[in-house]
Amino acid sequence: MEAKVEIVQPSWVEEQLLLGMNWRDYFKSNLTPFNAVMAIILAIGIPVMVYRIAFGLGPSTNLSDYNPWGLWIGFDMLAGISVASGGFCIATAVHIMGMKEYESMVRPALVAGTLGYLFAVVGLLFDLGRYYRLYFPFFVSPGPNSILFLVALSVALYLHCQFFEWCPAIFEWLNLRKLRRWWIRGTLGFSIAGLLLTTGHQSALGSLFLLMPSKVHPLWYSDYLSILFYVSAIYGGITMVIIESMISHRVFADQLHGDDPGRFDRLTLGLGKAAAVVLFVYLGLKVLDLAHGYKWSYLATPYGYWYLFEVLGFVGIPALVMIYAVQNSRPVMVRGAAIAAAIGVLLNRVDITIVAFNWGLPWEYRYVPSWMEVVITITIISIGLLTFRFIVNRMPILHEHPDFEPEHP
Amino acid sequence: MDTSRRQFMKVVAGLGLSATLGGAGIARADTHELSGLPNQFGVLVDTTVCIGCRRCEWACKEWNKLPNQMDLKEYQKDQNVFQTFRRTSADTYTIVNRFENPRDPSKPIYVKKQCMHCYEPACASSCFVQAFTKRQIGAVTYDPAVCVGCRYCMAACPFEIPAYQYYNPWTPQVTKCTFCFDRISTEGGVPACVAMCPVETMTFGKRTDLIDLAHKKIRDNPGRYVNHLYGENEVGGTSWMYLSAVPFNRIGFRTDLGTTPIPTLSKAFLSVASPMYIVFPALAIGLYTFAKRREAVCKEEISEALKKKEGK
Repeated sequence: MEAKVEIVQPSWVEEQLLLGMNWRDYFKSNLTPFNAVMAIILAIGIPVMVYRIAFGLGPSTNLSDYNPWGLWIGFDMLAGISVASGGFCIATAVHIMGMKEYESMVRPALVAGTLGYLFAVVGLLFDLGRYYRLYFPFFVSPGPNSILFLVALSVALYLHCQFFEWCPAIFEWLNLRKLRRWWIRGTLGFSIAGLLLTTGHQSALGSLFLLMPSKVHPLWYSDYLSILFYVSAIYGGITMVIIESMISHRVFADQLHGDDPGRFDRLTLGLGKAAAVVLFVYLGLKVLDLAHGYKWSYLATPYGYWYLFEVLGFVGIPALVMIYAVQNSRPVMVRGAAIAAAIGVLLNRVDITIVAFNWGLPWEYRYVPSWMEVVITITIISIGLLTFRFIVNRMPILHEHPDFEPEHP
Repeated sequence: MDTSRRQFMKVVAGLGLSATLGGAGIARADTHELSGLPNQFGVLVDTTVCIGCRRCEWACKEWNKLPNQMDLKEYQKDQNVFQTFRRTSADTYTIVNRFENPRDPSKPIYVKKQCMHCYEPACASSCFVQAFTKRQIGAVTYDPAVCVGCRYCMAACPFEIPAYQYYNPWTPQVTKCTFCFDRISTEGGVPACVAMCPVETMTFGKRTDLIDLAHKKIRDNPGRYVNHLYGENEVGGTSWMYLSAVPFNRIGFRTDLGTTPIPTLSKAFLSVASPMYIVFPALAIGLYTFAKRREAVCKEEISEALKKKEGK
């Protein structure tokens, strides 16, 4: 008797969601040390999130009447958004300025950017007292004379805009050919809208603090806050793209389908060159700010030392290292400088919202985040990382889909 | 800039905003541009008179039905609260603080603190749902029905007044003095704290009259007051104003706030934000066109060079 040969066709779920494995193999393949760490973070973080919702801001945070804004605004929102601008930087370079050699970096940057914005908004939801009224500024009682209104509107629109820019990858994944062909006609439009909205809200985020000259330390308060935030968000975005691509090349090597390492290094150097220029622009603006505001005397105070630590350590030195590395073709050094510069942007946002805020108040009234605020922040970042990995493993993000032409406006 | 030109700019900015935001709003004339709120009320607080009985605190809680109310006697008895510097909080719209008197240590100075009801309020300009309103009669009021709880108003207020119900998990609100808007809206009504004061520390009236009265008091009583009416010009002027025997920074006031209204600080940025939405798309399309053109020129040059080569 002939043996019966059974060919098992994987189901849609197995094919598209479980990476071609059945449930059992998929589960087994996920037993990794990284996932164990993530599981521990979620096991602690999710109950803390529930606690915040159920019992309110008072029991879960160290926020007070003197310190209405804390870690969630300073780090999750301001810092998160400032380094999530990579999608806008690369999309502008490729789709508007025609730098097509960076095409392969558009999708990873857009996905990372979209998730960065999305989880910044998730962080914001935990911070808002009545998060369920998030739509009020748009549909119930708009206050267009507030800078925060500009921030809210353009962040909301840009979140959608970035998602639309990412849609072709989703359509390729789902094999929706007609829709994709129709959709990519909008690529240029989405890129222009992205440039516009990003310029609007990155500068508006800095301008939020224009109303607080009596609370923010003069070294951080500046008439140039809008342009300082915008420029630092640009190099924050570029350096994050350098870092993301570095990590992707290690972690998702199997996704890169024979990518040439020499080409990757050349792209890194190109991004490094752009980042170096923007870092020097920022440094110049910072010096101009000190000079225009006669702020030099503040430098010789404890706050001044911290300011110098931030500006020299995380802007000046990375700028010099970056330009040296680009001149001498050292991609590894570019990546190191990128990490320092990106940390510098995060530090700047935390400094202005927490360290330099209420600097005139005695220490007992100052703000230090509670452990629950820190845990929720870490949990949100972890969920963001897991989402990014889920998407990259399934959709054509790091590599081109073999069946589709690349999109060019 | 003359008025008509400024108006024109406003209209342009407003059109830009409404065009890009889908009719979200036309730039409004704000208080800065108006000739004033002629019927604005105010209160003049004479800190040389206050005896620190804290009856105003009691009256405020009573009228506004605030939580943690105590017996009136308790307020007068409880002197321990003066050990620490207090501020307004979720259940308290007004508080009295005690300060050492550098002129006469036996007579401490008591200072009542509550919302100053700015002429151009920082809270109102910060709010992205317009929960705050500067009323014609002077009060700055808050509408909890639209508040999302972002707490930007608290961060923006230069006087550290708005507080938040952090311990209310579902429907927290910002809390602040209402200037007893309901009381002063009616003929002859005065705020609850003013009505309660046994020594007439506070004078309620038209703000313009109070400014005259304050300067008269300073002139007529040489040596009694420092020549400074706090609130007359601070951050553009406030409805509540203070007289003091000692420099104001000795009794818990910030004297470094300047006279520029806080909303003015955001105006430069807001005025370029709307035109940007018109200019930037044009710039972006320009960049795109340059890139495309360069590409086309490049291709043409290559094909011509090839032709030449073949021709030879």
